Amino acid sequence: MSSYIRPIDLIDALAALAESDLTVLAGATDYYPAQVGRVANHDILDLSGVEALTGIERHDEHWRIGAMATWRDLVDADLPPCFDGLKQAALQVGGPQIQNTATIAGNLCNASPAADGVPPLLCLDAEVEIQDRAGSRVLPLTEFIQGNRRTALQPDQLVTAILVPTALEQGCTGFMKLGARSSLVISIVMVSGLLRWDDQGRVHRANLSVGACSEVAQRLPALEAELVGRTDLHDVVRPEHFSHLSPLEDHRGTASYRLDAAATMIQRMLEDLSS
Amino acid sequence: MTSDRVELNFFLNGQRYKMALDPMVRLSETLRDTFGYTGVKVGCDAGDCGACTILLDGRQVCACLVPTARINDALVVTAEGMANNGFLSRVQNAFLRHGAVQCGACIPGMLAAATDIAASQHEPTNEAVMHGLGGVLCRCTGYQNIVQAVLDAGRDPCPIEIPEGHAIGASLPRTDALDKLTGVANFGADAMPENTLWLRAVRSPHAAARFTIGNMDTLYEDHPGLHRVLTADDVPGNKCYGIYPDLKDQPVFALDQIRYPGEAVMALVGERDALAGISDSDLPITYEPLDPIKGMAAAKADGARQLHADRPGNLLIEAALRKSDGDFREATFTATGRWTTGFVEHAYIEPEAGFARRVGDRLEIFVTTQTPYMDRDEVALIMGLAPEQIRIIPAVCGGGFGGKLDQSVQPMLAVAAWNLDRPVACVYSRPESMAASTKRHPAEIDARFGCDSEGRLQAMEMTADFDTGAYASWGPTVAGRVPVHGSGPYHLPNAHIQARAYYSNNPPSGAFRGFGVPQIALAHEALMDDLAEQIGMDPLEFRHKNALRAGDHTATGQLLVASAGLDQCLEALRPHWGAALASVASHNAANTILRRGVGLGCMWYGCGNTGMSNPSIIHVTLSNEGRVTLYNGAVDIGQGSYTIMRQICADGLGLPFEAIEQVTGDTDLTPDAGKTSASRQTYVTGKATELAARDLRQQILRLANADEHAVIAIADGVVRIGETEIALSRLTADEDGVVLRGEGTFDPPATALDENGQGEPYGTYAFAAQMAIVEVDVALGTTKVTHIVAAHDVGKAINPVQVEGQIHGGIAQGLGLALMEEYLPGRTENLHDYLIPTVGDMPEIEVILVEDPDPNGPQGAKGVGEPGLVPTAPAILAAIKSATGVAVHQVPATPARLRAAILKNLDRGRQS
Ligand SMILES: Cc1cc2nc3c(=O)[nH]c(=O)nc-3n(C[C@H](O)[C@H](O)[C@H](O)COP(=O)(O)OP(=O)(O)OC[C@H]3O[C@@H](n4cnc5c(N)ncnc54)[C@H](O)[C@@H]3O)c2cc1C
Ligand code: FES
Ligand code: FES
Repeated sequence: MSSYIRPIDLIDALAALAESDLTVLAGATDYYPAQVGRVANHDILDLSGVEALTGIERHDEHWRIGAMATWRDLVDADLPPCFDGLKQAALQVGGPQIQNTATIAGNLCNASPAADGVPPLLCLDAEVEIQDRAGSRVLPLTEFIQGNRRTALQPDQLVTAILVPTALEQGCTGFMKLGARSSLVISIVMVSGLLRWDDQGRVHRANLSVGACSEVAQRLPALEAELVGRTDLHDVVRPEHFSHLSPLEDHRGTASYRLDAAATMIQRMLEDLSS
Repeated sequence: MTSDRVELNFFLNGQRYKMALDPMVRLSETLRDTFGYTGVKVGCDAGDCGACTILLDGRQVCACLVPTARINDALVVTAEGMANNGFLSRVQNAFLRHGAVQCGACIPGMLAAATDIAASQHEPTNEAVMHGLGGVLCRCTGYQNIVQAVLDAGRDPCPIEIPEGHAIGASLPRTDALDKLTGVANFGADAMPENTLWLRAVRSPHAAARFTIGNMDTLYEDHPGLHRVLTADDVPGNKCYGIYPDLKDQPVFALDQIRYPGEAVMALVGERDALAGISDSDLPITYEPLDPIKGMAAAKADGARQLHADRPGNLLIEAALRKSDGDFREATFTATGRWTTGFVEHAYIEPEAGFARRVGDRLEIFVTTQTPYMDRDEVALIMGLAPEQIRIIPAVCGGGFGGKLDQSVQPMLAVAAWNLDRPVACVYSRPESMAASTKRHPAEIDARFGCDSEGRLQAMEMTADFDTGAYASWGPTVAGRVPVHGSGPYHLPNAHIQARAYYSNNPPSGAFRGFGVPQIALAHEALMDDLAEQIGMDPLEFRHKNALRAGDHTATGQLLVASAGLDQCLEALRPHWGAALASVASHNAANTILRRGVGLGCMWYGCGNTGMSNPSIIHVTLSNEGRVTLYNGAVDIGQGSYTIMRQICADGLGLPFEAIEQVTGDTDLTPDAGKTSASRQTYVTGKATELAARDLRQQILRLANADEHAVIAIADGVVRIGETEIALSRLTADEDGVVLRGEGTFDPPATALDENGQGEPYGTYAFAAQMAIVEVDVALGTTKVTHIVAAHDVGKAINPVQVEGQIHGGIAQGLGLALMEEYLPGRTENLHDYLIPTVGDMPEIEVILVEDPDPNGPQGAKGVGEPGLVPTAPAILAAIKSATGVAVHQVPATPARLRAAILKNLDRGRQS
């Protein structure tokens, strides 16, 4: 017999987590598929009752996406332009049923190399707010996800929110996903980008990222640096901008295909964002 | 999983509950098992298929991903709760009106998704509908009629009018649509007896192995709910089964060796929870893995391990066709090529399921199947019982496509229920269904066609090798069909075709919509384009010139006396083709990256079994109370035979459609109407139905000495013909109250093929031509099929909406074959790694029905079940070639493969 708790207060959730080894559930869309053909006997901490984890709100320094906010909540929220890319990703995560239940935080915690939420959030310089009984701390997303299905989260910790700095609010963002069919599909490659311009129409800031081409989605620092100061973004992408990536080979695509597609998609997104 | 129950308050289908439930059990399971809402379908338990989609607080969610605890304070609606006061909801009514239902397995989920869309937008945009339905898979309909229904769901529900007198030719709603729309239809997993035991097969993780089974004592001690472990020793009769009487090579439980990954080694029978608590590692099975034979090259290799003692060289079967001397002397132009295809999974939304129980010295099996009579005979052999001791009751079948023509749960359940004398049930999980069941045969095809300087085909040759996997299954059927169809639907004076099937350690390849014909169509269609290009002719005109017509002889030497409508199909496409060529050219003039292309695919398809008898028998009775009952054994697997036969029966009798009651597919009640495969039911059983109905009509007319044209009316136990009234109670009735019985038998005229593959293998052939328009992103290798125009010669469309539905569904599967479907044993055993088309992948489809009547078919009708699929992949590949210049020789043309081919082509261009 396994146990199940669904606390209302975050404090109770954290206390329970500190006391025993619990499996945390947000939307449960990554949880149940992993149990097919298995006997599930986990002790469960269900976060769906914790009011404090819901909602998407603006604070002074950052936007706060509660850990229980779903993809659908994000799409329905009234948000500044910098969230356009993340919203585009949201509409392409699984199908509408998944979007109605799955959380953005769960997508990060699950840390799949093909997690669609990661590239847009990398471009937004997102941070992850973590709490345990001792208190709360904030980690950059780049430090939070450590590898394929590995995060910095300790067993007694919860993610409570994803934070996006308000400083980037007016950035122009995009997202593109390449899959072998139109919905319900794991990305072969996905890319995201954020651009800000100065008043002369030159690139002031470029944040670019690529997913499914390495264990964890990566930014493209060399290309980002080259773009600053440019006005024309045609034909700027070259293979060496991706040399730090090491895509996997599987039945969805070879490594060279993934790199080739990533370059095409980044170039297209730059052109889209600058038109 | 079980946890302490928690008290929950919720509204479910309009009723308020306060109840303690297990919080972590999947909501789908709670709704089905605790509340009996079996309209909540389970196709995967992983969020991949959407069959379990319900409304939670008005929003669509997958019930298999929701912990039961989440319904606290919430509103839950399933398909059972959508109708109100006896009226279908607007969405349900729209589904009925638009013929959106086929097998029905996806329908409850589709309805939930559609209701969510309709609730947020009164007149939803096309885009909103596409997005809203994007999470529910349908394997039958190609989504077209479902999308139309959702777009039209804002309209007030209206009754559906059934035209008087002429049921044939009317798009009547399906006889079983209401049950499927309201969630009450009982599919294989939906009617388990209360006190049933459960069965779980234990399957080999190895593709090839020897194994031993150790002592089970501790297993029984550790798991008191485990009643029995069954192995091959417990099978009382034949240890092996198979489609052909001389080829029973597939064991119920592996005997001495494992031949494919997923092969059943034993079965555990017991309480459901107890079985769930036993993991494979607890079982005393020791495997000694062997080097697996992974495909045809390995199977053919010198010194390859022989998988079956009586099959040297791992060759299951070889079949050939030789017409004339097969030489190319008259061929000024020749074209050659090689094509390869992989395993394709049926991916019916309903996994295999059923239960068996012993009733005295008989066995009753309720199961999802395409072929109750074959099941009955096979189970009888396995049990060492007489066929009459077995009763097969087909469940509502949630899709088959050939995959439910083989044994799945039947033999294991029979052995278990017989031995334990308790009802025993089994439902495959999705990974189990995919690993255990048959697949489409992978093929390697070499072909050459030649034509003279006028563009007349003169000769062709083809060698097609098929990987039949571990067991024979329907391999010989594929080898039989391929030589007949290898020439394509064209007139060829010289032909030489060879088909072979090889055993390997892959999953058994079986029957799959088209039996090898979709694979070889890739070859003959690409070569038609190639020849047309060489000779400078339009590809459509080239095909039109060479099309088989009435009066021609086929490559088997059969004279086509009538009903060969390929030329008419091509003529119907001609204006679309011309317009498409022009629009594609103008688009491409301005675009180098998003390239459009247009291509053609043609096919022919023999209806019924190849060169052998395959009769259907139908009875129609009139009772002393005036009830007319059609005994229809043509199992409806979604294709519509329970509606079609009623239509034919009604017109045959001259009675209204609604007057025909029906007893469907039950081996105790209905005579043998053969299997639902080979596009034979409308043609063969349809004809038997027509004959049975006419027979009964004659008998009724004789009662009044009336002439053939008299109008019959039956009401209140009285037959009225003109002035004459006959009280049926005055006639002698049998013990069932039957006073008159009409009988019809039809066996299509076919003769066996000789050693050169010559003969008359089928009573009739369906013909079709499809045109596809695609847009290829050459930089990414992605293909979007934007339009398909499908012209099909169906003889006569008994129910046009259903015929179109078959074609839509066939096109969806053809698109999957061309672009995304590839089953890799051990790697893609679920519906997120194995991709089938979603709603957003489907093109706009226009169906053109050509009706060139067959002299034998009911009112001229022929089959359409398989033909929809055959020309689609060739048309798409031709369109890709027209867009990119790249000839694809391996399907599926995934983005990665197509991009690689495009790059290679560019390289070649640069070098030359
Ligand atoms: C059919 C289907 C299609 C999908 N398609 C996509 C897709 O296209 N793109 C994509 O990226 N993903 C996809 N997914 C994966 C999944 O839906 C996403 O990763 C989702 O965002 C996970 O969120 P969740 O709330 O359901 O996570 P859960 O399953 O609840 O949790 C996921 C993991 O994170 C942990 N966790 C969750 N929240 C917290 C928290 N606050 N603190 C600590 N740990 C936590 C859980 O313990 C668990 O290990 C798909 C899944 C399915 C079933
Ligand atoms: S059963 Fe829930 S999505 Fe397939
Ligand atoms: S009708 Fe949709 S799966 Fe059969």
